[in-house]
Amino acid sequence: MNYEIVIGLETHVELNTKSKIFCSCGGHSEAKEPNDCVCPACSGMPGMLPVMNKRVVELAVTAGLMLNCEISRYTTFDKKNYYYPDLPCAYQITQLNHPICTNGVVQVKTSAGTRDIRIKQIHMEEDAGKLVHSGRFSYVDFNRTSVPLIEIVTQPDFRSAEEVVVYLTKLKSMFRSGGISECEEGAMRCDVNISVRPQGSEEFGVRTEIKNMASFEAIEKAINYESQRHMDALEYETEELVQETRRFDDASGKTFAMRNKETEADYRYFPDANLMPIIIDDEWLEQIKANKPVAIDDKAVEYREAGISEKEIDMLLSDFKLGKLLDDIVALGCNAKDGATWILTDYAGVLRKDGKTVEEHNIAPEKLAAIIKMVASGEINRGAGKKILIAVVESEVDPVAYCNEQGFNKKFDASTVEKVIDEVINSNAQAVASFKSGKEKAFQALFGACMKELKGSGEPALIKSLLEEKLK
Amino acid sequence: MKYYTTIINEKGNIAVDDTILVKDVDATAGSYMLEGFKPLFSAEAVTRLENSGYTLSGKATVGEFGLDLVGEFSHYGEEAKELFGASAALVAKGEVEGALGVDVNGSPRRAAALAGVDFLKPTYGTVSRYGIISTAASGEQLGVYAKDAEGVAKLMTVIAGHDSKDGTSLSAEKYEYSVNEDIKGKKVCIIKQLLDKADDGVKTAVNAYAEKLKANGVTVEEVSEDIFDGANVAWQILMSAESCNNISRYDGVKYGHRSENYRNIDELYVNSRTEGFNFLTKAVILYGSDVLSKNRYKTCYDKSLKVRRLVKNKLDELMSKYDAILTPACSKTAYESYGIDGAFQKVYEESVFTAVPNLIGIPALVSGGVQLMGDHFSESLLLSMAHSAEKEGK
Ligand SMILES: [Zn+2]
Repeated sequence: MNYEIVIGLETHVELNTKSKIFCSCGGHSEAKEPNDCVCPACSGMPGMLPVMNKRVVELAVTAGLMLNCEISRYTTFDKKNYYYPDLPCAYQITQLNHPICTNGVVQVKTSAGTRDIRIKQIHMEEDAGKLVHSGRFSYVDFNRTSVPLIEIVTQPDFRSAEEVVVYLTKLKSMFRSGGISECEEGAMRCDVNISVRPQGSEEFGVRTEIKNMASFEAIEKAINYESQRHMDALEYETEELVQETRRFDDASGKTFAMRNKETEADYRYFPDANLMPIIIDDEWLEQIKANKPVAIDDKAVEYREAGISEKEIDMLLSDFKLGKLLDDIVALGCNAKDGATWILTDYAGVLRKDGKTVEEHNIAPEKLAAIIKMVASGEINRGAGKKILIAVVESEVDPVAYCNEQGFNKKFDASTVEKVIDEVINSNAQAVASFKSGKEKAFQALFGACMKELKGSGEPALIKSLLEEKLK
Repeated sequence: MKYYTTIINEKGNIAVDDTILVKDVDATAGSYMLEGFKPLFSAEAVTRLENSGYTLSGKATVGEFGLDLVGEFSHYGEEAKELFGASAALVAKGEVEGALGVDVNGSPRRAAALAGVDFLKPTYGTVSRYGIISTAASGEQLGVYAKDAEGVAKLMTVIAGHDSKDGTSLSAEKYEYSVNEDIKGKKVCIIKQLLDKADDGVKTAVNAYAEKLKANGVTVEEVSEDIFDGANVAWQILMSAESCNNISRYDGVKYGHRSENYRNIDELYVNSRTEGFNFLTKAVILYGSDVLSKNRYKTCYDKSLKVRRLVKNKLDELMSKYDAILTPACSKTAYESYGIDGAFQKVYEESVFTAVPNLIGIPALVSGGVQLMGDHFSESLLLSMAHSAEKEGK
């Protein structure tokens, strides 16, 4: 049987800030000795209160913008309770109920084609410290506690280890170029949720989670090992799959189940009353957007190669929906450069006339592609295409049916066109007279009348030249 | 009687409850768990008082984490026949001009009522919570004890105002507190349901206080309002949950008490905490842990957040008709000592008088053995009413 691998990813990224998320300790990565970079707050002493580092919010929002997320205007923190010596307060401050970013999407391009990976949410949280074991003793190092992280949670949209690695590579390049994270060794850690199902099945299989992997290589190996384990279990009934948390062992290249205790914990999440809700108003959001570095995405290169102008590329990349629309119609067989003009000039123009922006109307890519293709093949002229576009936007008609109904694609031979022109000249004596007395405008009126008679489907150049000839 | 856990300066004029940090002075919060803990910094309110020329007398004994009735269950206290709060008693005796206390579940207010001194739990966010040994962040407030309303106003003016080190601190740089606002023509209501819960002695005190207010041109009416019981349950749930969480950092790993008897990290946690906390704290931890658990969160914790909203609306409605609410601060004029086994229940019952100001952040002033609550930022009005009544009494 053929199986499909289904993967969701939780990626923790350390943010590139001068100080920790809730205190002013800075430079933990340069700290030489354990506990060099700690204060009463990040070491869990009583009396200290967390004070939000605004830069963390700005970087998280920037990351969200890069991943085409919706930015929450109201975002709050929650406490996650568990005991571990490297967690000084015995709770971690994180976001459960109102994460800072939601509903994004990233495209990954692999040998299997380009696919959308939906981002469920991005939330901010603090890191924990670390334990150093030596002989009979364990030592606690709080240098890392309260270092700001974002966690990027995807929907279960990956279908291969290759897609996961492409996605992570893309995040890394985006975050580095955007100044969000250095993404150095260990500063990007992943939890992988994985399940396997028969090809074509809608239901998800039993899901296991592989925790805390830092290298792309390990992630790829772990996914390959784990998916094979699932497939073997399904195909040969080698074992019964259970929902559990596992860890990947680098040396053996295998995954192992972790203690149940760790997976069944009730973290008793609840709102953190020490941190007031953060309100991101228009002004702040605009400021963050203005400072957002240009996303050095493969997209820009792709567009440039297709011959799209720099100005159009900027427009397409600044509004994700526009870019997405172009990609969709290209996938449906339209030429990219031509499609860009249709979207940015014609479609945007029609919407603007209605006082709308592109966000307010989602044209079905199939419909737009159908119009463009009819024009490109010479079936109808551009003017007729635009008329169909208006009808699609206004009343959501089917473009091909509408075109047939209106007769835009009716072909007229030269003699028919000539006949029509003659009729127009005969029945518009006044316009003909005024053209002959030197009024250039009258020509347009006559030309328009011809076009109208031909239902906009006539070849404009032909009509024009014939009309000119007859008026001489 | 043991008033101080640590004496700082015999000639000092301000006592500080041991739930509040003073740099380099042992801070125990009345708990064995925090034995030997010396903070690296002082609470913001302490710093402001010192900067204004006040000197600290010492760390006043408090019940463990300030969760008990008036301070009867301190690891460092002594058993007494009649219960009292150390700071309130020191102020009553005139040994200090005033004191700082943390009001998380009414303890300082009850202590002030018993001792016949004033205590103000101010509007949430007006006084920095930086440097208090936090239990229930969403409702605890640092307040002041003094012998009268004037004394309270004077100290409050020093300590209140924005502090960037506290994310819940309100933005106003300074607040002015006055005892001379015009109270003539103001309206005060007495809550029937709360009065009914008090002993005759307390009822008499409330009625006598009402007479004093009337003599100053205030209208006093009795009203029926039954939100207080529900408000109390909600606050006990939120308070326990938040306390359970905040107290969880006392784990024996970093500072304070660590059991000598452990073989692994789990035993270190369990044994240190079992030895370190008293029975009341353990009850609060268990209760708080329970209401936050997966199967109870919706019906307990989340529900309490909704009740908080309801209570706020109810009080807004009441405050649109009245300028202040007059209630008992506790059910008795004196508490006798009792066993810690019954403490959780006892505190719960007594908190029905004090919970609303903690729950929704409004100010509450205890004076003359009774309590006045008002709308947010109505401290000066409450102090002025108390001031008039205090003058009547003399
Ligand atoms: Zn720090």
